[in-house]
Amino acid sequence: MTSVLRDIYNNVFEFVRTFGAFQLFFLRLIRHAPRMILRRPGLIIKQIYNTGALSLVIIMVCGFFVGGVLALQGYANMARVNMEDSVGMLVALALIKELGPVITALLFAGRAGTALASEIGLMKVTDQLSAMEMMAVNPVRRVLVPRFLGGVIAMPMLVAIFNCIGLYGAHVVSVNLLEVDVGAFYQQMQSTVKLIDIQEGIFKSVIFGIVASLIAVWEGYNTIPTAEGVGRATTRTVVITAITVLIFDFMITAVFL
Amino acid sequence: METDSENLIEIRDLMYSRGARVIFKGLNLTIKRGEITALMGPSGTGKTTLLRLITRQLVPQQGAIYVDGVDIATLNQRKLYQLRQCFGMLFQNGALLTDLNVFENVAFPLREHTKLTNRLIRHVVLTKLHAVGLRGAADMSPTELSGGMARRVALARAMVMDPDILIYDEPFVGLDPISMGVIVRLVRRMNDALGITSIIVSHDVAEVSTVADRSFLISDGKVAASGSPDELNKASSELVRQFMHGMADGPVAFHFDAPNYAEQLLGRDSE
Repeated sequence: MTSVLRDIYNNVFEFVRTFGAFQLFFLRLIRHAPRMILRRPGLIIKQIYNTGALSLVIIMVCGFFVGGVLALQGYANMARVNMEDSVGMLVALALIKELGPVITALLFAGRAGTALASEIGLMKVTDQLSAMEMMAVNPVRRVLVPRFLGGVIAMPMLVAIFNCIGLYGAHVVSVNLLEVDVGAFYQQMQSTVKLIDIQEGIFKSVIFGIVASLIAVWEGYNTIPTAEGVGRATTRTVVITAITVLIFDFMITAVFL
Repeated sequence: METDSENLIEIRDLMYSRGARVIFKGLNLTIKRGEITALMGPSGTGKTTLLRLITRQLVPQQGAIYVDGVDIATLNQRKLYQLRQCFGMLFQNGALLTDLNVFENVAFPLREHTKLTNRLIRHVVLTKLHAVGLRGAADMSPTELSGGMARRVALARAMVMDPDILIYDEPFVGLDPISMGVIVRLVRRMNDALGITSIIVSHDVAEVSTVADRSFLISDGKVAASGSPDELNKASSELVRQFMHGMADGPVAFHFDAPNYAEQLLGRDSE
């Protein structure tokens, strides 16, 4: 019994310690961010390219098919109540408020998040971060902050692109394949989607950008410096980001209701 | 470096352990200004750990390390970084930044700490790369280099800021005989011409003996012997003789603690 209590105590203690360290880590990134934005914008732009532009193909392909399948499902189910013209509205609301930010964040975690975690982890394994320390260069500022900011800036742009391509996919399926009236498709969308819906989507994309980038750089920076450690950090990045994004999604949706 | 004291680095009563394993138990050591000092010892005695303690990548649990009279444990981050600009360190594996090419790796400290023009940076970097024989590799990626070449680029990077103290962690591993001869002469020449203090961690007794002014043999968490390479070669201590002459038998066991060999082969150790 005593050992069970000790195990519980140790686990709770470790969780609280890690959570505290995680928050301090976030504050360190925020503290260095303004200086890096003003003095080294080139480093951030390079990371926006690495995390954002290099994720474009997967985001666009997935966006097209998610939009397409939403249109198919929407048309098939709305047809039961003779409302197939409303498929445009359904797809737009689902994409802008929910699926755009969430799926983009999950894809971002799988593509850019893992790349960030493994890159930083390997830099640690090969003493590159220690070498920077020895050259009197703060690796948090030089390596982590640009990567974090790059991810945070890239995410809303990726979500916007995902949504646009998704709507185009829905257009192709609904208007070109299922012969929904193009006027009704866009009129319903325009009259139903409000500014607050777009604001909700943008807010989610910013929060998910912070969450996904923060977890990736945290996991990379805290990698156990072995090959197995890098693999574990990469896996943890995807798993923790997915869970955290879905929890935050629920909370933000509840707030916006 | 601010003072002219003869002793540049002083380590006093250093205690350091990792988990249950005690690495240093009251180590005392002094490194003199302008000399090439070698830290030697059997594998696992904590030579690289000692380098990390001297540069405060690690913090001692007890004792103090003074660099130029300053206890480095008392420095805040800004002052620590100022001090580190006086250090150049060559890591065992080179530790080149893989997202930069060879030229930019060597230029990295200059770009971070100075406002030199690109033209001047180019001059300095090419000079340093020429000194290690890799001016022609300036545009290559670190991933295209052999281990020895990577270490030579890292050496160029370590000396690009003209540091006061150069630290070499196993500098001779993986170098072919020609490169090794050039690097050994370069270490000696830089030390004498620029008045640098050099610290070398190496197992390579023969090469170290040709270049070091003073050697420390570390064993069992303390300095077991010290002196010039000649003095160590002539020492009567069994430990020093075993290490300097590479003998299998002596106080340092070649085999890690293990159960009886025959018993283990016969499977009786688990019974």
